Amino acid sequence: MSFLELRRVTKCYGAGPTEVHAIADVDLAVECGSLIAVMGPSGSGKSTLLTIAGSLEEPTSGEVLIDGTSIQKMSRNDKARLRRRTIGYVFQDFNLLAGLTAVENVSLPLELDGLSARKAQAAGMAALEELGLADRAAHFPDELSGGERQRVAIARAVVGERHLLLADEPSGALDSTNGEAVMRLILAACKRGVAAVVVTHDAQLASWADRVVFLRDGRVVDQTVPPPSPESLLEESPPPGLVR
Amino acid sequence: MSVRHAILALLSEGPKYGLQLQKEFESSTGEIWPLNIGQVYTTLQRLERDGLVESDETEVEGPQKGFHITDAGVEELASWLNTPPDMTSPPRDELVIKVLSALRVPGISVHDVIQVHRRYLVELMQQWTRLKEDESDFDLTFALVVDAELFRLDAVVRWLDTADGRLKRAASEPATAPRGPRLARRLVVRR
Repeated sequence: MSFLELRRVTKCYGAGPTEVHAIADVDLAVECGSLIAVMGPSGSGKSTLLTIAGSLEEPTSGEVLIDGTSIQKMSRNDKARLRRRTIGYVFQDFNLLAGLTAVENVSLPLELDGLSARKAQAAGMAALEELGLADRAAHFPDELSGGERQRVAIARAVVGERHLLLADEPSGALDSTNGEAVMRLILAACKRGVAAVVVTHDAQLASWADRVVFLRDGRVVDQTVPPPSPESLLEESPPPGLVR
Repeated sequence: MSVRHAILALLSEGPKYGLQLQKEFESSTGEIWPLNIGQVYTTLQRLERDGLVESDETEVEGPQKGFHITDAGVEELASWLNTPPDMTSPPRDELVIKVLSALRVPGISVHDVIQVHRRYLVELMQQWTRLKEDESDFDLTFALVVDAELFRLDAVVRWLDTADGRLKRAASEPATAPRGPRLARRLVVRR
């Protein structure tokens, strides 16, 4: 069963002659353990799709289901709980709180959810350790490199029992090596069963996904088919222009 | 030309025989470039003829015959490594021609044509990326080759994205004077 499902989701801004369709009739299903990339140019509706999937914004029409439950039918409190417990967000500009250390940033959502400070801190440390950041736990965001800050943001998004990871241009302004590291972390979360959606205009990031969905003018216009085994690449003639 | 230089590079590490060169060539290209032994010997013969390698005179002909690089070979190798390949001419890329042609064909959406190619390229990139997914399973040379392919394909996707955007903007703007002659003049200057 899909963990996240969007059914004919439309979002309009404005009304009458100034009405703009940010996204229109979008269907999207994301299974547990799978990584979906949404590619499209600026203004194609990628970020709107993500904020609606994450219940940060209401669709004008259509339905969003998380773990089989329609979020339109949830109360405000239930939605807030869903956001705290189930959904992890990673933003382009990291959105870490400057006054908190790395581990405090990661454990904050758990504390807000009622976990004791000690337990939340332990879970935060475990998440940082997994991402190779244990020695940076007591540092403040401005003492971390860009790559480290984004890893902290990912740790915060997957800490606890979160099952849905939503990332908006997660490599931000990072170089390609750090961008690859970010995608490896997201993929590792998927291997543990997390369903993930990454929106990006970067084909190299998108190519880490199981499926790439293409958005144009707010509509899904195409998607990749599951690729054949990569070994087929090695059976073909060598890539042009490398040697010979 | 570069099988020749790849063999010189391998010989710059020390004397080697043909079979060894074949195996090391394949592993140095991340195992994605098979090379038959016949080609190795043909290349070695030419390199010897040009004075860039020498064979071990004491050994008989065969797979165990050793070769070493000469001073002229070292010089040729250094010169090749430091000479940028010719990338100045605008390539007559088939994909570019297809997109330009799509602009002229009635009833064809150039955006749809662009998307067909974009999807194909991203699917190809997914396959290359999958090859480097398991970090424990690939070595440095293999990673470099996979990165080279990914960046090459990525550049084409970026061009398609840019073309898509440019065509969309052009469709919403009033037509301007034809620009063919200006572009042609610039290309002539570049050559």
